Amino acid sequence: MIHAVAPEVTYAASPPASGGPGLSERRRSTPSGLPPAGAKRTRKPAQRRKNLEILFFVSPALLLIAVFMLVPIIQAVRFSMYNWKGFGPLVDFVGFKNYVRVLGNEVFTDALVHNLVIIGGSIALQLPIGLGIALLLNRKMKIQSLLRTIIFVPYVLSEVIAGVVWFQLLQPQYGVIDTILSKLGIQGPAQGWLGTPELALWTVLAVLTWKYLGLAVILFLAGLQGVPSELYEAAEIDGASWWQIQRKITIPLLGPTLRTWGFLSMIGSLQLFDMVWILTGGGPANATTTMASFLVSEGTKRQNFGIAAAASVILFIVALVLAISYQQFILKRDSQPDDERTKRKKAKA
Amino acid sequence: MLSKIRGAQILALAATTALLATGCAADAGQEGTPADGTTTITWWHNSNNGDGKAYYEQVAADFEAAHEGVEVEVSAMQHEDMLTKLDAAFQSGDAPDVYMERGGGELAAHVAAGLTKDLTEAASEEIAFLGENAGGWQLDGKTYALPFSLGGAGFWYNKALFKEAGIDSAPQTFDELIAATGKLKQAGIDPISIGAGDKWPAAHYWYYAAVRECSQQTLADSVANLDFSDQCFTKAGEDVDQLIKSEPFNPGFLSTPAQSGPTSASGLLATGKVAMELAGHWEPGVMQGLTEEGTGMGEDTGWFPFPAIEGGQGDPAAQLGGGDAWAVSEGAPDAAVDFVKHMLSDEVQRGFAELDMGLPTNPAAKDAISDPALASLMDVRDKAPYFQLYFDTSFGASIGGAMNDEIALLFAGKSDAQKIVDASQDAADLEK
Repeated sequence: MIHAVAPEVTYAASPPASGGPGLSERRRSTPSGLPPAGAKRTRKPAQRRKNLEILFFVSPALLLIAVFMLVPIIQAVRFSMYNWKGFGPLVDFVGFKNYVRVLGNEVFTDALVHNLVIIGGSIALQLPIGLGIALLLNRKMKIQSLLRTIIFVPYVLSEVIAGVVWFQLLQPQYGVIDTILSKLGIQGPAQGWLGTPELALWTVLAVLTWKYLGLAVILFLAGLQGVPSELYEAAEIDGASWWQIQRKITIPLLGPTLRTWGFLSMIGSLQLFDMVWILTGGGPANATTTMASFLVSEGTKRQNFGIAAAASVILFIVALVLAISYQQFILKRDSQPDDERTKRKKAKA
Repeated sequence: MLSKIRGAQILALAATTALLATGCAADAGQEGTPADGTTTITWWHNSNNGDGKAYYEQVAADFEAAHEGVEVEVSAMQHEDMLTKLDAAFQSGDAPDVYMERGGGELAAHVAAGLTKDLTEAASEEIAFLGENAGGWQLDGKTYALPFSLGGAGFWYNKALFKEAGIDSAPQTFDELIAATGKLKQAGIDPISIGAGDKWPAAHYWYYAAVRECSQQTLADSVANLDFSDQCFTKAGEDVDQLIKSEPFNPGFLSTPAQSGPTSASGLLATGKVAMELAGHWEPGVMQGLTEEGTGMGEDTGWFPFPAIEGGQGDPAAQLGGGDAWAVSEGAPDAAVDFVKHMLSDEVQRGFAELDMGLPTNPAAKDAISDPALASLMDVRDKAPYFQLYFDTSFGASIGGAMNDEIALLFAGKSDAQKIVDASQDAADLEK
């Protein structure tokens, strides 16, 4: 995990992860990335064989991608053009009307806003808390591994189980949280944490933070292992304080890990479904509907599969645009080799 | 060296091909009928609690014993789960052989898509004794499913808590209902539980108010023409809004589920945390499954019909309700039809009634109901001048879903009477 994330992000030659760390390592072994010019002629049949070999071993993976990703995407686009109840033949072609209906539906546009709130909220909460905990846990102490495990347990727990447990804890009046609060003389919200439209989304966000903080901490800890200890020693010799070391050395060097985590967190927030479905079902009064819960409810509850498919295509496009822009503007600096970056600087000058 | 590598590659290729080929072969084997000649019927039902689940397992085992070479594969599921899974199964063309069909617009859609078997001839005896009760499952003179339980919704209440609050008789009118909730609140009792988190329990209030406000003819026309322009639908929303404004519901009702767990609407009633709940004839069975002793409210169980609304055009004795029927999917083995007929037999229906699992439709099972509240419900059903199927069933999932969502918003204080009518009409216009 540690090495799979960190080195690839820093050194891999091309932005899309075109293979495991093995491939990028192989590329690194030939300094210029190209075979020496003299060997060209003799290499040709060998090169062809190698290509065939790659094709042969990659084809099962490609086949899986085609069957489980491409075909469903194409199907979704197809369904989105029809008025369809979910069974029977596709006959009622409506063109882009389903898209107009989805985008004109306040519930969907609100859902998009909820997704963006969750993206922002997750990063705003988990980044500082996760970083803080990671820095603390990175210090040598007796029960270090126990603490790390405790922090990571919620992430390992199945989302559905965690959701059901929190649902029970958050019950108004009879739930554990309200019971404890009332013992302390604090009255929980009258309609419950999940039943009050104004509070529901924040409650869900709190549960999500609890659930996914462990992932952030574990990733940050992994990134911290990649910071060379000489830098700390040098800084200490120079008389830097603990805070200065964290601020000037640890966090900048943790950059690639933080950015990769941000990407994962964003995509996860965009696709958020399970936790919302179990805690609130998108309610109360659509206060916690996400794009994914909207499309599932249109599809499975109302049997408007055309509209659900249109919503899913819109979700796909939103996710794609966000992912590509994140790659372009934030992750790109991590995936460029250092020499290329200096070359560009020179070219600019 | 080179030939060695090539040899290894060929070996790898051969191994992969062989693996793929056997993989496909295994698949093909599963699809076909097994060699030993047994027929397997898949059966999905929603009695996933306590006695009901055990009873159905017994029924399936008895059927297997009486029919050699037939195996019944039973899947008991929670109600909402079952509905979702059924939709997915219909979509993939892998529907269970015997499944629950709720009639109305849903059935019409299934029939139109060629998913449901016509039982008119095969089950003529059963259809004869079902009489009018099979009406919700008939289209163009053909019967597509056999209702095994049919009943109206009404208020299930806790007699002891009513007494404690000084309410001597069940409310007869809507105003009396609101007054009763006031008395209960004064006595420190949460008056009504409602699973508004699942939306349909909230929608039942609006449906029932519409049944009281609208005349029988208006309802029939609106189902046939998908038209909600009559003022009575707006009035229904106003009535329900009046009830909501009096704040009679359990705390957190907007996120309360209908039937799952002790903090669900049914659970709260079963454990004496609230005084009443508007629910269908299934309620005693659900409550039994949610109490430790399996008794539900026991002696304290009471029932009264949805109260009359002053000035309403509907008959105050009319019932809103629904039923469950066993349907056979197209392409299922003949044994599945036999199984459905077996489910409607005197013996199975009597057992069903004895466990208070619902309101049997076979007249021979009528006297077998042990729960007095349920027995009285049976009388109400048989004496009702007319029976309106739940709107989300009769209008179908798409209109019903839009309607339910907007009604749930009304309960959250984010909608009004007119918006419910508008949302329903918008969804209906898409169907025309």
